Amino acid sequence: MLTLDRLDKVYRTGTFGTSDLHAVRQVTLDVQRGEVVSLIGESGSGKSTIGKMVLHLLDSSGGTITFDGRDVTHLGFRARREYYRKVQGVFQDPFSSFNPIFKVDRTFETLRRSYFPRVSSSDWRGRLEEALAAVSLEPGDILGKFPHQLSGGQLQRLLIARALLLDIELLVADEIISMLDASTRIDVLNLLVELKSRGLGILFVTHDLSLGNYVSDRVVILYKGRVVERGVTAAVFDDPLHPYTRDLLASVPHLDRTWEDVEAEEAERSAALAGRCLYHEALAAQGRALGEEASAADGDDVGLVEHSPGHFVGCFRLAAGDPCPAGA
Amino acid sequence: MTATQPTTGPGTEATEQPGVTGAPSGSRKPGGDVRETLYFALRNPKVLVGGFVVLAFLLLGLIGPAFLRYAPMDYAGPPMAPPGGDFPLGTTTFGQDVFAQFVAGLRSTFLVGVLGGAVAAVIGMTIGFVAGYRGGLIDELLNMLTNVVLVIPGFVVLIIINAYLGVRSVPMQALYIGIFSWPWVARAVRSQTLSLRSRDFIDLARLSGVGVGTILRREVAPNMYSYLFMTFVLLFGGSILTAASLDFIGLGPTNAMSLGLMMNQAVQWSALHLGLWWWFVPPGLGITLIVGSLYIMNVGLDEVFNPKLRET
Ligand SMILES: Nc1ncnc2c1ncn2[C@@H]1O[C@H](COP(=O)(O)OP(=O)(O)OP(=O)(O)O)[C@@H](O)[C@H]1O
Ligand SMILES: [Mg+2]
Repeated sequence: MLTLDRLDKVYRTGTFGTSDLHAVRQVTLDVQRGEVVSLIGESGSGKSTIGKMVLHLLDSSGGTITFDGRDVTHLGFRARREYYRKVQGVFQDPFSSFNPIFKVDRTFETLRRSYFPRVSSSDWRGRLEEALAAVSLEPGDILGKFPHQLSGGQLQRLLIARALLLDIELLVADEIISMLDASTRIDVLNLLVELKSRGLGILFVTHDLSLGNYVSDRVVILYKGRVVERGVTAAVFDDPLHPYTRDLLASVPHLDRTWEDVEAEEAERSAALAGRCLYHEALAAQGRALGEEASAADGDDVGLVEHSPGHFVGCFRLAAGDPCPAGA
Repeated sequence: MTATQPTTGPGTEATEQPGVTGAPSGSRKPGGDVRETLYFALRNPKVLVGGFVVLAFLLLGLIGPAFLRYAPMDYAGPPMAPPGGDFPLGTTTFGQDVFAQFVAGLRSTFLVGVLGGAVAAVIGMTIGFVAGYRGGLIDELLNMLTNVVLVIPGFVVLIIINAYLGVRSVPMQALYIGIFSWPWVARAVRSQTLSLRSRDFIDLARLSGVGVGTILRREVAPNMYSYLFMTFVLLFGGSILTAASLDFIGLGPTNAMSLGLMMNQAVQWSALHLGLWWWFVPPGLGITLIVGSLYIMNVGLDEVFNPKLRET
């Protein structure tokens, strides 16, 4: 449903745009209906930037965004309005998502004015209460309050409720549970699972691997703006290939296994993969199959190769400027 | 709007008497916000006192002339008479009624302040909002314009305009003052807008399919209401002072009286040395009180507009 193809984002920083920050490099991924795709990466890896480009809050610097077969990379005001009927987002920081000088009701009122001017007050009230109930909030405790009178978790759920008021097909959820305590966290995750079963596609941005594991069908591992590995959740979590992914997963506690087991397995894997780069090996193999000249292609080295069905991995170097460990 | 307080919502009004505070917390309807702001405004002593003083002067300027027996420029009585009797504020060296001049001066002073302030505020805020929100090339162009106007010695240009075009009416004077006093407003508003723009609620409004104008009006500007009011107060005061300076060098309105003109005439005719305090104290005090009261009002409005300050 949503497809990003070699999406790029360069922030111009410094006076007169003298220095550039390449925050997102050639990111390719897709989200289907009824599927949760987790975008995992450390702080500053460009997750929010990707989310904002999908939501058309930032202009992309290159590449294309396709939604339901339509190119939506560049949209005018009207087209964007229509796009937002189907695609909504919830942001990282619930406290800055509400205008501090107004009651939280106003956020919903804005939505109503904009998209449902003909819905009667009582009708709207009904819908609102339904949406609040879906995120297990009590309307009486919430409505008529100022943002600073509510907790981060309550605000976060209000934002999800807001997105539900529109009949959306895709939700971009940017770290929506990092502000919540454990019990509400599960509530919200279950809510996401339920939305998914209703056919909603969710781009779930997180830096927390265990949560990525819990809800997602597929994961995309991002490092310094580059996708280093992506694939079906089970495949990536059970058999991480890229050094960065392996590092990341080695630090996740497992309930069913002891540390020794995990470490032993990881040691075995790194021994097997040390000094190699599956990406360049695959390219070389392809090159041999196609003839000598093809192997020199793709000098950019930001692509991915399909290691096993549905499991893609990129060049094993870490930062963009690093040499490939295989010396290719 | 009676004391039908719902059982919820103990937060804001918990410390106050339930009977009095039933009204604002009961108005859950959207649009109750305006009424609520007004409600808090009318309970804030700073707003009340400041508003009262400004309104009193405004009223005096508006309806005062109807009760005057002498025109401001008439040689109506004995020269240099101290306050009392026929002349509540005494007379000038030429026997003109100081009170009549004061009342007439109040009018043109308010007019210059409001008009000049409004012109500068409208230009400055528009440029500041657009530059700050749009960013990019538009921002750079508007910034250039702002800086150009900023470095133009406005007062000198005003002198030239007034001298050569011979503009002598109060509204014209106000207009010219306004045209040269907006740059700092544009800069201040721009930087505030810039910092508000990156907040998530702006993005959320965009996700609600709302246009730029609406976002600026409904999301950005309300966060700056007290600041914008403060800006207006400063512009108001600035316009009055600029007008007074122009009056002093003989480039003021020829057909009207103003508080600045009064003070400058007083100085010109050595009222200070002759001890005619009733000639220069009223206009000086008038300007000070008007600008000062607006300032106090502004501090009060800060509390009204910011719900966090309200509670303490
Ligand atoms: N407006 C901007 N101008 C310049 N650089 C920016 C801007 N926004 C983000 N960046 C940079 O882009 C990079 C990616 O930022 P982004 O917010 O997408 O990270 P993130 O993955 O969401 O991190 P986090 O987990 O902390 O939210 C960072 O290095 C950041 O400094
Ligand atoms: Mg982020």
